[in-house]
Amino acid sequence: MNWGQAIADAISLGALYGLVAVGIGLVFGVMRLINFAYGELITAGAYVLAYTGGWPAPLAILMCVAAVVALALVQERVAFRPLRRMGASPAAMLVATFAVSFLLQAIYLLAFGSRGQIVGTLGQLNSAFTVDGVDIRWILLVTTVTGAILLLATGALLNRTTIGLHVRAAAQDFRTARILGVRANRVIGLSFVVAGVLAAAVSVLYTVSNPLVQPQMGVPITIFALVGVVVGGLDRLWSAALGGFAVGFVYGMFGDLLSSQQTVYLPAVVYGSVILVLLLRPAGLFAPLHARQVERV
Amino acid sequence: MRRVVSELGAPVILVVATALITGAFSQAHQLEFENALVMTAIVVALYVFIGNSGVISFGHVSFVAVGIYLGGILTVDPQTKTFTMPGLFPYLRHTDIGIVPSLALAAAAGGVYGLAVGLPLMRLSGLPAGIATFAVLGITANVLYYWQKIGPTAQTLSDIPEAGRWTLAVATIITIAAAYGYQRSRFGRMLRATREDPAAARAAGISVYRQRLIAFTLSGALAGLAGGLYVHQLGLIAPDLTYLDLTFVTLAMLVFGGVASLWGAVLGALAISALNSFLGDAENTVHVGFRLTLPTGTRLVTIGAVMALVIILRPSGLTGGREFGWRRR
Repeated sequence: MNWGQAIADAISLGALYGLVAVGIGLVFGVMRLINFAYGELITAGAYVLAYTGGWPAPLAILMCVAAVVALALVQERVAFRPLRRMGASPAAMLVATFAVSFLLQAIYLLAFGSRGQIVGTLGQLNSAFTVDGVDIRWILLVTTVTGAILLLATGALLNRTTIGLHVRAAAQDFRTARILGVRANRVIGLSFVVAGVLAAAVSVLYTVSNPLVQPQMGVPITIFALVGVVVGGLDRLWSAALGGFAVGFVYGMFGDLLSSQQTVYLPAVVYGSVILVLLLRPAGLFAPLHARQVERV
Repeated sequence: MRRVVSELGAPVILVVATALITGAFSQAHQLEFENALVMTAIVVALYVFIGNSGVISFGHVSFVAVGIYLGGILTVDPQTKTFTMPGLFPYLRHTDIGIVPSLALAAAAGGVYGLAVGLPLMRLSGLPAGIATFAVLGITANVLYYWQKIGPTAQTLSDIPEAGRWTLAVATIITIAAAYGYQRSRFGRMLRATREDPAAARAAGISVYRQRLIAFTLSGALAGLAGGLYVHQLGLIAPDLTYLDLTFVTLAMLVFGGVASLWGAVLGALAISALNSFLGDAENTVHVGFRLTLPTGTRLVTIGAVMALVIILRPSGLTGGREFGWRRR
């Protein structure tokens, strides 16, 4: 296996996990909530794409974004808002998102069956062009560029607009921000909408290389992105994104370079490093030294 | 004394009743009742740590897994093992012991693993604790799936001797008694104090780390024992038996009943097991005055919905975290 090829694969996988990490990190920043059910948003988007196979691609993608954003808002309104109102503990919130994730998977299983559906939207991006002996599939390029654009756009939304300022204020100190007139539900709603758009983008990009959609497809994506978020640092969006990218990149590199005999224990190594990071640098690898620690209860 | 009788007696009577009525049912239903007993043991093991400390752990199924693999493999005939799992460690391959000794070993192994994991991890709490214990689960599941020296990896190992329902019931009662004894002991009380107010508990001279470690080790041992029960109830080891699904279901049972009480743990495990088994029947038509047939998959959706609803509407569970008592305080 060729190094150039491995790097190209790894960068696009990193970009994908970077997007997921930002989606998770954004909601965490505002609500102090790790959403285990984030992957089910991606799965929902993939099902929409599978069922709109005959439609023109832009329309199918639009439909996918709309459905995923709607589901993200439903998650927030039905499950997480009542919990926040009651002041549930972080642990209870975590178990609740676990339950929502399980419920959505069960619903997908009931509605769409376990055999899986195939997504054909944008399948033509799997064709490759050759640069210097390295085969690069178009989707790698598209994923990397889209990922970069969406991350920059999210950054601009947060840093250059008033509502973005409100979101950042709420992420700093939710109660004080509310006292100063930041509307809690709007800010949380916005972060779920942005997280939903990112999830939909991941659905579109991910299914080009992995066209089989199954009820549980979102689970490993969430887990690895979550690992990235924790390793990178939960408190800042850019460090979460970097963490997601790093996990995806490392995974892509090892996946290409090592034989399958050697890669089977890769998840264990990744999880092991998460534990190490949590013990040694609880604020995350990319957090500045002496950073405020992750909220402890 | 009366309090002890009602608080310990109620869960034990529930377990005995479950074991008693098991005999009145057909073979298929007996399996479900026996499964309910095993689930009770697992949930009580979870409760010992999560309930008393207030710290979430997604990793306990790892200890259950240790019990399942050790308890199961040691009771299989060596000749069969040499044939089906030639890569096994010599000790595991040549040993052949009875069910009860295998349960004791499963408990010991669960305790050792719990202690080993707890030593570094008990410094964490809240979200980092949740993620780190989840990582432990991921590592355990990954290694069990691929390492041929310790088990059947991606294959299913069957022909494991099955335990009768009274063995299961007695072991479950031992688990419950151990959990109750612990929570009434000074260690249990100190840990509960750290749950209510860590700062005040520290000021009173309690080492949060040490108390959590004690509970985590005990809870790991009980989970190992429960794993031993599970494998002798199922009679087989299947890949991915001990990963996300079991973690979710057992945590859900605990939260459903009420995280903060032993009564809640037992009630939650038995209630969700009953619901699960009823819905499983209803998927193949059940008579409840009329013929009820639910589409396949309804079971999981209903369980998931019940879980989510209870957590959202009543985060303290059915029992509200209270032990069983005749008078409401």
